[in-house]
Amino acid sequence: MAREHKDYEDIPGTFVFDQERSRQGYGINMFCMSLMKEDNRKAFKANEAEYLKRFKLTPEQTDAILRRDYNRMLELGGNIYFTAKLGATDGHSFQHLAAVMTGSTQEDYAKMMLGGGRSIEGNRSKSGKSKSGKVAAAKPVRAAKGGKAAKGKSKTRSKARSKRG
Amino acid sequence: MARIIAGVASSHVPAIGAAIDNHRTEEPYWKRVFSGFEKSKEWMAKAKPDVCIAVYNDHASAFSVEFVPTFALGCAAEFPPADEGWGPRPVPVVKGHPQLAAHIAQSVILDEFDLTVVNKMEVDHGLTVPLNLLFGSPKEWPCPVIPLAVNVVLYPPPTGHRCFMLGRAIRKAVESYPEDLRVVVFGTGGMSHQISGPRAGLINKKFDTAFLDNLTKDPAKLTRMPHVEYMREAGAEGVEMVMWLVMRGALDDKVEEVYRYYTVPASNTAVGHIILENKPRGAGRRPAARKRAAARKAKTAKAAKTPARRAAAHAKPTVIRGR
Repeated sequence: MAREHKDYEDIPGTFVFDQERSRQGYGINMFCMSLMKEDNRKAFKANEAEYLKRFKLTPEQTDAILRRDYNRMLELGGNIYFTAKLGATDGHSFQHLAAVMTGSTQEDYAKMMLGGGRSIEGNRSKSGKSKSGKVAAAKPVRAAKGGKAAKGKSKTRSKARSKRG
Repeated sequence: MARIIAGVASSHVPAIGAAIDNHRTEEPYWKRVFSGFEKSKEWMAKAKPDVCIAVYNDHASAFSVEFVPTFALGCAAEFPPADEGWGPRPVPVVKGHPQLAAHIAQSVILDEFDLTVVNKMEVDHGLTVPLNLLFGSPKEWPCPVIPLAVNVVLYPPPTGHRCFMLGRAIRKAVESYPEDLRVVVFGTGGMSHQISGPRAGLINKKFDTAFLDNLTKDPAKLTRMPHVEYMREAGAEGVEMVMWLVMRGALDDKVEEVYRYYTVPASNTAVGHIILENKPRGAGRRPAARKRAAARKAKTAKAAKTPARRAAAHAKPTVIRGR
């Protein structure tokens, strides 16, 4: 069944962990939770595919986990605080995971953050129809320095079309 | 009578905790972050609260997806630091205040906030990082801390308005506690950040600045902001800023902003911090205001004389009606 349309589906590059995803991704998240225990980490590392059989996962979910496709895991109901435990099991820092999800290197990602982060301009809305925040964005802003660092590195940026952007 | 003297809001970025635990606070990157809290530690040392109430969220440490309480109040005597995958943080066990927590639970549930009462819970960086930022790294935390865990992981979190109103109910509960306790409320999380998906790394300083301004001066405006606005403008995980509204709701309508700090980044996140003080009751008020306050007090006392009126006074919403 297709996902119901939600107002937040218009936010680019974002998989909101909502009730539907939570239902769908219960197995992914419980698998990740199991990695809090050393014995489980060892068993998983010894034979990943075999270990994953302990959880109720669809073939797509199993595939996403084995391939470490973090965005796909989120799309199929994983939550970042849980999938980060898989990253930690692999010995990766959180920033490494973030870089992977944005399709950039950790170095470039870290540079972008130091430059002020990914700019909101051009990253608000897929449709371009979103009204910007009544509270937050009364006036147009200069793009943050980090926007430049991020330019051309993010798939999201090129997809996003915002009237304000 | 117990009373809330101030509210403190602060980001709770896990990397800040890691920097403390791995003795990296003097590195330039981290020094920038920690320097913003030097004055806050001084403020806290002077404020000397008897109890803190810390509004925070768990990050798949104490609560998995097996059960997800929207509001969970820690009523236990102590809360050990959770193992978040690298062993428990080397911070003191958080000592609770079971008597006050029980009093708050009893009061706010009758005020129609259906809290989950938690008598056994480990606490993660969401709670312990802000304690470090305000208290440093002592052998024991200087006062008891009552954790209030808010679900901001599984959408939807409680609305900003609901959070604010819970703060109001907590204030009422604290003020009806017979012991003279000075209470500080922490709101934690934020500010703008997205740590998931292709848009990760989003920072929106303009949103954050406006949020801080409104938190002090016009929280009613913030209570009307829908979740989609937080997620769009401040990042998918930026929605956790609703927790700051619990803190703000627990304060008086008019507060004094005594300190603010903002820096980008700490790892993936904009770090925001603010200290808001309630004005001392009675002291420093203009004579006319004192007179009005006295008149209000007399009126309340009168209203409380009959049971029916007392009930009416109890039911009267102390509300910012936002929705």
